[in-house]
Amino acid sequence: MSQLFSKANRQVFAAPLGIDNPVLVQVLGICSALAVTAKLEPAIVMGLSVTVITAFANVIISLIRKTIPLRIRIIIQLVVVATLVTIVSMVLKAFAYDVSVQLSVYVGLIITNCILMGRLEAFAMQNGPWPSFLDGVGSGLGYAYILVIIGAAREFFGAGTLLDITIIPGYPTNGMMVTPAMAMILLGCVVWAHRAILKEDTKK
Amino acid sequence: MKLNTNSNSYTILYACGVVVVVAFLLATVSQVLKPAITANERIDTKKQILSSLHLKPAQAEVEDVYASVVTSAIIVDTAGTVVDTTGGFEVKRKEISDTCLPVFICQTNDATKYVLPMVGKGLWGGIWGYMAVNADCETVYGIYFGHESETAGLGALIATDDFSNQFVGKRLTSADASHALSVVKNGSKKDDETTQCDGISGATLTGNGVSDMLQSTVAKYKNYLLNLKNNETK
Repeated sequence: MSQLFSKANRQVFAAPLGIDNPVLVQVLGICSALAVTAKLEPAIVMGLSVTVITAFANVIISLIRKTIPLRIRIIIQLVVVATLVTIVSMVLKAFAYDVSVQLSVYVGLIITNCILMGRLEAFAMQNGPWPSFLDGVGSGLGYAYILVIIGAAREFFGAGTLLDITIIPGYPTNGMMVTPAMAMILLGCVVWAHRAILKEDTKK
Repeated sequence: MKLNTNSNSYTILYACGVVVVVAFLLATVSQVLKPAITANERIDTKKQILSSLHLKPAQAEVEDVYASVVTSAIIVDTAGTVVDTTGGFEVKRKEISDTCLPVFICQTNDATKYVLPMVGKGLWGGIWGYMAVNADCETVYGIYFGHESETAGLGALIATDDFSNQFVGKRLTSADASHALSVVKNGSKKDDETTQCDGISGATLTGNGVSDMLQSTVAKYKNYLLNLKNNETK
């Protein structure tokens, strides 16, 4: 058990949450971060879906990493991700139809998420299944919480609501917050804050 | 023996193997889950039809409520003649055409309502809906809108009750037939309060799509509704 949560493994899990955040530092997954953060709810759903898919795709690729021919590795990774996403989407349609209706477009977006391909190529191809799983969960959550921050800010200042619950009654729709451009600006601000905090830390 | 994973033959065989495994996996999952998915989709469609009649039953009761409310699902054409007295429910959204227009005849609150399916284009993808028309064939009883991929927080708001409730009681065409049911810029509906509804700020193009959809639906079903009205007055 101590082996499972060794210092190296904990590091693998924690790095993407802070100093090696996929969105803030590696600047991956920006496209979907802009697309789904107009409201908080899709941001949370997208964050969780990406976490689950990254974790399991990482495990699968890690298990077959030694058999994959080098020249077609990207294709194999893509096939694994696409298969996983398609199966998840079909299972949701069969057993949780309401959730699948809400996810609709986002499910397709998961396949194109750069974080997935990035983690598969950079981590799962070189490491065992368990560290790969931790890395996938860590990267997914690192992505998810940035989405939640931006989604919450945009929904709150855009419509005066959070998760469709009215916080400020009578708030006029603020179109500027809801447009993707504002997501880019907010993301920039988060990156700025993150860098500033990180710099403070390293100085100590 | 160490396998050379980078030889041409290994690469080709590996690719073939992956394709076969993945294809088998996807086909199996799809076949196994197909009945459940189709059933869910049918329930969802029934839910949407009931929603246009202001009925929101729980998931498990949808089938029962639908069976008791919708008396028949017929197919008509643009000339207003009834093509088929059954099978309206089986018509998929893509199959709706000038010669194949489903009508759901419903009984609710002791009155007959006619539910007309609508299909149109939003900003990013398809939009659709169900419009329940009162027995007078002139006013809207209720309406439901659905969309594939409109912007969350803007165009996606057409699926909310706040938006669809505006349509309740509106006329399909104004008394002098100069205006048809439509969505206009927020606050400019003064031209004709009887047919126009407020759009959503920031979602003008989705609103235009909804307008086009409403007007094409009204145009397609015009003769059928006219026939119904004439029969009633006789």
